[in-house]
Amino acid sequence: MNVKQLAVGTLMALGLGLSVEAQAHRAWMLPSATVLSGENSWITVDAAISNSLFYFEHHPLGLNNVQILSPNGKPVAAQNPATGKYRSVFDVELSEEGTYTLQSHNQGVFARYTLDGEAKRWRGKAADLGTIPAAAEDVKVSEIDTRIQVFVTKGAPTDVTFVPTGHGIELVPETHPNDLFTGEPVAFGFLIDGQPAAGLDVVLIRDGIRYRDQVGEIELMTDAQGKLTLTFDEPGMYWLETETEQDSRVLKDAKRRLSYSATLEVLPL
Amino acid sequence: MSGQWKTTAVAVWLVLGAGSAAAAEFRVDVTVPALAVAEYHRPYVAVWVETEKGRHQQNLALWYDQELKDNEGTKWLKDLRLWWRRSGRSLEFPVDGLSGATRPVGTHTLSFAADSPQLATLPAGNYQLVVEAVREVGGREVLRLPFSWPASTQQQALQGQHELGSVTLNITP
Repeated sequence: MNVKQLAVGTLMALGLGLSVEAQAHRAWMLPSATVLSGENSWITVDAAISNSLFYFEHHPLGLNNVQILSPNGKPVAAQNPATGKYRSVFDVELSEEGTYTLQSHNQGVFARYTLDGEAKRWRGKAADLGTIPAAAEDVKVSEIDTRIQVFVTKGAPTDVTFVPTGHGIELVPETHPNDLFTGEPVAFGFLIDGQPAAGLDVVLIRDGIRYRDQVGEIELMTDAQGKLTLTFDEPGMYWLETETEQDSRVLKDAKRRLSYSATLEVLPL
Repeated sequence: MSGQWKTTAVAVWLVLGAGSAAAAEFRVDVTVPALAVAEYHRPYVAVWVETEKGRHQQNLALWYDQELKDNEGTKWLKDLRLWWRRSGRSLEFPVDGLSGATRPVGTHTLSFAADSPQLATLPAGNYQLVVEAVREVGGREVLRLPFSWPASTQQQALQGQHELGSVTLNITP
């Protein structure tokens, strides 16, 4: 079945207009540690969607799409998952030496609509757009590709888990994300669907927004090779985020919204 | 005449002998300070040699809690965060000839001969002796003492501010 045709057909049948919705809030995962030593190593990870960083004050991050890759590239199961009012939590046992990549990768379609005067949200696959009630009004649909990542290293850093998949926005670290120190140059590459992402706006925000008057965003742009270079002045946990949009590949007259975010720890020397 | 020769020879030998025993000694004295804190744990300490540009060369000592079962003490080695990055994260523990137990309050001496495995391969140049200390529920401190190699008479001393007491380096050729 042709997904694009189906989606368009469905929407036309619904008689709906399409538009892009700006993404609100900040989604993140926050690990209890990014650098570990020893033998029986565990981390616990908070996952939330919030305004301020890194505080739980709005919504938990769903854990359905969380994937964990071990240093050898093997999938690892999250343990003790729980979702509360403001945050989700899970644990990871680090049984291998090297770098683990944790991610929540969401691909699909996002819709908002009004039904009987009530605002609704819908997430799913393009093929399932037909499940939006026919009586829905004001339907706004977009294709999404959202990736949230965290890196954690036991022992020496490794890079097996950095192999790009070719889907959405991906980080290709030149500087290892668990080897970030103040005063040292850092270089990151970004890809969109496997191709260097030139001119991508990237924002970095340090944790502890609650205790200062200004957010203090570090605003950067990738160069022609999709590369970003910076030097951190202050240590801390940083939230890196970038987003872009292009025409949807599966929905006619709709946008595809891509975003990437990561939580990075910068240590003082 | 022959008796005089014999005496001279013995004297020369004695001087040389004394020279090579005391000599070419690389002595580090690290003072673990007494701290007036509610909860005290002995610090983890790493001592190593880096180039003047900060490139790690040789580990000299690592004091950490080796008493805990299942090698649990290694969990906190990453808190020696400079040393962990420069060296520790690529080692397997315990490291023979390097790992030692944590030390009590007082001055502890590390002594190395110039031809010891730690120093014998050090090319001529300018270096820093680095001492990093970190304490459970406490802080962290790093001191760097410059020296040049091969051995010549050198003395360096620094006073730590919170996790380390005095650290001295005495090199005798």
